[in-house]
Amino acid sequence: MTDVRGPHDPSGAPGPSAAPIGTTDTETYAAQLSVAARNPKRVELVVGACFILAILSVFVLGWIYTQRGNPQIEGAMLFVLFGGIGFGMAAWGKYLMPRGPFVEEREVLTSEADEQAFAETLKRGQVAIEGRRSFLLKLFLAASGLMGAILLFPLRSLTPAGASANGPFYKTEWKPGSLVVDESNNPVHYSTLDVGGSMTVFPYGYTDSEDDQTLLIRASLKPVAPPDQPEKLQWSPVGYLAFSKLCTHAGCPVGQYEAEYQKLLCPCHESTFNVLDACAVVFGPAPRPLPQLPLTLDSNGYLRALSSYGEPVGPGFWYRDAL
Amino acid sequence: MRGKAAEAGKKAAAKQGRDLDERLGLASAGRWMLNYIFPDHWSFMLGEIALYSFIILLLTGVYLAFFFVDSAHEIIYHGSYVPLQGVKMSEAYASTLQISFNLRAGLVIRQMHHWAALIFIGAIGIHMCRIFFTGAFRKPREINWTIGLTLMILALLNGFFGYSLPDDLISGGGLRIFYSVFESIPFVGTWAMELLYGGPYPGTAVLSHFYVIHVFILPLVILGLLSAHLAIIMRQHHTQFPGKGATETNVVGTPMWPGYMAKSGGYFFMTMAVTALLGGLAQINPIWLFGPYDPIRISTFTQPDWYIGWLDGALRLWPNWETHFPGHIIANTFYPAVILPGIIFNILYAYPFLEAKLTGDKAYHNLLQRPRDVPGRTAFGAGFLAFFFVLLLGGSEDVIAVAFDTSVQSVVWVLRVGLFAIPPIVGAVAYLLCKELSAVPSAGKRPLANVIVRSVDGGYAATPVELHPLEAEHHEELEPAPVGHVFVPEPEPQLVTAGVVSPASAAERTDRGPAPATSAASAPVQSTSASDIPGVRQVSRQGTPGEPAPRSGRHLFFPRRSHGGEGPNGSNGDGAGTGPDSGSD
Repeated sequence: MTDVRGPHDPSGAPGPSAAPIGTTDTETYAAQLSVAARNPKRVELVVGACFILAILSVFVLGWIYTQRGNPQIEGAMLFVLFGGIGFGMAAWGKYLMPRGPFVEEREVLTSEADEQAFAETLKRGQVAIEGRRSFLLKLFLAASGLMGAILLFPLRSLTPAGASANGPFYKTEWKPGSLVVDESNNPVHYSTLDVGGSMTVFPYGYTDSEDDQTLLIRASLKPVAPPDQPEKLQWSPVGYLAFSKLCTHAGCPVGQYEAEYQKLLCPCHESTFNVLDACAVVFGPAPRPLPQLPLTLDSNGYLRALSSYGEPVGPGFWYRDAL
Repeated sequence: MRGKAAEAGKKAAAKQGRDLDERLGLASAGRWMLNYIFPDHWSFMLGEIALYSFIILLLTGVYLAFFFVDSAHEIIYHGSYVPLQGVKMSEAYASTLQISFNLRAGLVIRQMHHWAALIFIGAIGIHMCRIFFTGAFRKPREINWTIGLTLMILALLNGFFGYSLPDDLISGGGLRIFYSVFESIPFVGTWAMELLYGGPYPGTAVLSHFYVIHVFILPLVILGLLSAHLAIIMRQHHTQFPGKGATETNVVGTPMWPGYMAKSGGYFFMTMAVTALLGGLAQINPIWLFGPYDPIRISTFTQPDWYIGWLDGALRLWPNWETHFPGHIIANTFYPAVILPGIIFNILYAYPFLEAKLTGDKAYHNLLQRPRDVPGRTAFGAGFLAFFFVLLLGGSEDVIAVAFDTSVQSVVWVLRVGLFAIPPIVGAVAYLLCKELSAVPSAGKRPLANVIVRSVDGGYAATPVELHPLEAEHHEELEPAPVGHVFVPEPEPQLVTAGVVSPASAAERTDRGPAPATSAASAPVQSTSASDIPGVRQVSRQGTPGEPAPRSGRHLFFPRRSHGGEGPNGSNGDGAGTGPDSGSD
């Protein structure tokens, strides 16, 4: 416990193994160099059999390859091939080689003389950075640092031009009057869903957009809104509600609508939202309700957006409230 | 005739060896390698599994890289897998289908790659547990602990990147969560994710960026750190358990040549064999069943690969807090998925130094400890693992809820409480168990098995079983042989002829001298050695400051290794230099 510099500390007392370990006694050596196996002949047979099995598996593998292959047989034959070689080698090494055990003194890792010599050698360079020349060193460091920074700058091209740290993120293409369409770009009529039905919708022309995906739910035959937000009654014509499908937790698509309980469930981390309460969070790690898209019906009975989402959709990030 | 030919062949080989040695100094470095001793203990194979799975990953990965297309460009599939014909998918997904169904051994190689990645990470984890619980991280091995920990983090990351490449339905969900999590980092999160994904999610170039990182950057970094890891191990030599002649100043075990090379080489092939068997027979990541990534279709319960599961669990168990500042927020995912792993990994990085500080133990340690002998550390480690395990359970709270026919809410609450309650309990139990075990003198020692024979008249007799020689080792304690002696040929006398010896070569000869205990018998060199020659290494070992010893420059990798007479404890070198018998020949 007191031996700070290691077992070979020249300043310390001799370690516990000052007396040499091992012996030159020939009889012991004979034992140590003899093979470990009790029955070497049997081990030789086993090792040989392993290698022969490996050789055989090569032919099976070759044949299988010419027969357009089969994953199961290939896996099994590779197992025989590798396993034959491996088991053979390991048995060979364990039983047919000097049984030992052998001992070796550990290396000297440290000595004070060396450390001093090293420091002396370092001092050789001191003349180069003495006095006024230390300023050269500072200049050199500044140049190197700036060089590193400017050489990294081209990495900026990893993002397309126009990107910036504060967005715009999670700004959707939903605009007042956007036609609500399904994933095949077909408009959604108010008769499309029965009560308890749900589907994923997009603004017309943006069916590949991640951020725009919106879950359309028919929760009732009449407009629905939480009692404390009566103004939202006009957002849900004939009981159609639309919420951003991006979870406010980690952005997963909130896909599971349980009509019986009027709950929305995120498949990733089990955040649960109450559809009838403007998708307020009932349980789980989601910090905010799913943003609601106000809907309206046009004169032909097709669903349209009454306005855009009033806030960025999806998960939070540092600049979110600045948007 | 035949004998003559063999003799000539031997001579030619010897000459070639001499030629190489004269140019590269191979004999010395090579002998050092062949003599390197590996302690015999089963737990030392865990790191080897990790190393070998990494080699398998490189081999299978190169094959896959020839055929994988890192493009998110969408095409209509017309390949041989009928159920997906006519489906719109990315080229990356299509090329993965091509690898799985149309390449020679493609599916086997792809599945081997995935299995090897899981084995790699798992082996690293268990290897780290071994290092932790036996105290192998203590001085002088703290550096290697931090390198190993970095390797584990890189392995986790690269596993995730590789898992994301096929662009299937499930990996797409992972990409989404990864983006949201790291986007939450204040100031730089959004920038970093835009660079990584090529713009706001889903990004324009996520697959090609991930591909470069997965096949080029991270493997290169891992390879570099792995080399450093192994070089440091060889520099410091392995740790070993006490007993069987093992002390702080020696290493007892099997030398590299021939035994260990065969055993370990065989072990590499056995790792390959198991991976191949899994790759051929155990289906993993059947992306053709999931279908291509399409955000609309994610509606099933999703589970990440297990090594990410603890992070996913943290995301699920964390309450729905979000911190608002004027104009800014710290998003919910920042705490469980950035701060928490940050704390965990920093504790792990700092652990060797923390423990040294707490115990005041600044000594060198080459002997390992039994976990039961260090109850405090074992309790801490067990509690730490329990914490991880509860998080991992949290990653599948939905599955647990279904299995126990209860609500997700109740499972989450049980786990939230458990996250804080279970680790201390596990730690306390581990502590008490350690105390109990170390109080039992025979704990951990296997008693000899008895064979019980019933005689004709109904009596019983017990006789100890006959032991296999390898098992018997533990009992009869064969004294270890100095490895240097066994494998060193008698030095050739002409090298020490007077007048021919240069100081440098004489220094080398002492460097290469036989092991301490065996010197007298086998070393004519000794007689002329260090004492006659000014400035040879003995000077520095005597502790004379300011007189650095010249080093022989022959050892390519390990210039300061000490064989035989180098150590102050090994009496040989000193004896030759200063002892009464020096120059006696």
